[in-house]
Amino acid sequence: MEALSNKRRVLEAKPMTFAERIYLPAILKGLSITLKHFFRKSVTVRYPEQKREFSENFRGMHSLKRDEEGRERCTACGLCALSCPAEAITMISAERKPGEEHLYREEKYAAVYEINMLRCIFCGLCEEACPKEAIYLDGDIVKPDYFRKELIYGKDKLVEAPLNQ
Amino acid sequence: MTTTDIIVRLVLITVIFLITLVIAMYSTYAERKVAAFLQDRVGPNRAGPYGILQPLADGAKMFMKEEIIPARSSKFLFIVGPSLAIMTACIGSAVIPWGQTLMIGNYALDLQVTDINVGVLYIFGVVSLGVYGVMIGGWASNNKYSLLGAIRAASQNISYEIAMGLSIIAVLMTTGTLSLREIAAQQHGFWSHGWFTWNVFKQPLAFLIFIVCAFAETNRAPFDLPECETELVGGYHTEYSSMKLGFYLFAEYINMFISSAVMATLFFGGYNFPYMHHLGLSANWVTILGVIALFIKIFCLIFFFMWVRWTLPRFRYDQLMDLGWKALIPLAIANIVITGLVMNFIK
Ligand code: SF4
Ligand code: SF4
Repeated sequence: MEALSNKRRVLEAKPMTFAERIYLPAILKGLSITLKHFFRKSVTVRYPEQKREFSENFRGMHSLKRDEEGRERCTACGLCALSCPAEAITMISAERKPGEEHLYREEKYAAVYEINMLRCIFCGLCEEACPKEAIYLDGDIVKPDYFRKELIYGKDKLVEAPLNQ
Repeated sequence: MTTTDIIVRLVLITVIFLITLVIAMYSTYAERKVAAFLQDRVGPNRAGPYGILQPLADGAKMFMKEEIIPARSSKFLFIVGPSLAIMTACIGSAVIPWGQTLMIGNYALDLQVTDINVGVLYIFGVVSLGVYGVMIGGWASNNKYSLLGAIRAASQNISYEIAMGLSIIAVLMTTGTLSLREIAAQQHGFWSHGWFTWNVFKQPLAFLIFIVCAFAETNRAPFDLPECETELVGGYHTEYSSMKLGFYLFAEYINMFISSAVMATLFFGGYNFPYMHHLGLSANWVTILGVIALFIKIFCLIFFFMWVRWTLPRFRYDQLMDLGWKALIPLAIANIVITGLVMNFIK
């Protein structure tokens, strides 16, 4: 059969030489390699104190955005919850009352909006699904916690800080 | 023996015991640090500055863990196993000469618990007892992995004890005594009569065989087959939890310390250091410096143990047996013959 490339090598099992059989030269070589590493600078990033820069398309904690006038953009359409492969999002919608126009942009808004961070896989599909550009995964790493219930994030943690007034 | 003698001995035993425990504790820390440095990492650095309190945290953790005694195990032996392991690990230190004689007023304090004239044999006896802790623990667990680990430990220790014993015979031929104190005293200073006094320079091959066997006897990598995680879960201590597991792990570090001390005494001149009697210091100071020198040697050997562990992969079981029976034992016997011939011709 014709070889497809010239990379093919026929290897034969050579009997080990005496130096190989007594292990010692190989052991000494190994020891010298590890010793070299002993004096090398460690590559560790000491995480909570030191942080590496995230990549540009890093997906971290979600934030629910406000528009230029500081109103919540989310209209509780549920598309994010529908698109979520991990079923991490739940919400309860409510109708905007007269006089609340400065709080919510659309007539319907999410009165409760919860993301279960234990279920979320940070795939970003909610961000893609949202027709109102209301949700983005542009936050930091989600911090661990001792209790499961603490990791169900509500609007208090998710909604962006209001514009400074 | 007077009452003062007995009290002094008891104090000495306690001090050596405490030092052993502290060193074993900090060996666990050192091991993790050495491993980290060899792998370009930082190692434990959270508990206290540079993680210096890590052993305490680990100890506290071990005590807090749930104590599990498997229902199908034989309970008595299950408890005897780790106790025996740690006990035999500790009693080995009794015959090691930690230093020369210290003069306190008129009282001459030998820095050695007891100088029995068969010290080397005592060490061997204790070492071969050590395998019982592992064997009993593995047997009592009633678990196939534990049993396999125990079998491996037994066969490995027995095979390597032979090579170890044979390698030491060559040394004993040159020293002519079995007392560790005398062996240390013979290696006085560093250089005399145109050659090094330390046994490692007189018997390099014996040292090489001895240290390889020491690795095997202490179940350290590359000979850690009895606890081989990749094949046997945890080997003989698979079923152990809490402080009983802690005892097994602790016994390993104590063994490492004691075997380093034995090697330092047998091969590296024990408490002797170069120019010890040309510095013009009083006898007590020389003794104290000697103790420090001995501990430095021990720490270097412990570091070597760790260095090897984090460099070499584990031997396969047949390779281990091959090395023990087909390489080390013939080499040790050849070494004895050569030593005998050389001694005969030089005389
Ligand atoms: S990032 Fe993915 S998993 Fe997480 S909430 Fe959004 S859609 Fe669900
Ligand atoms: S975040 Fe976007 S997709 Fe989700 S409910 Fe609100 S508007 Fe709809």
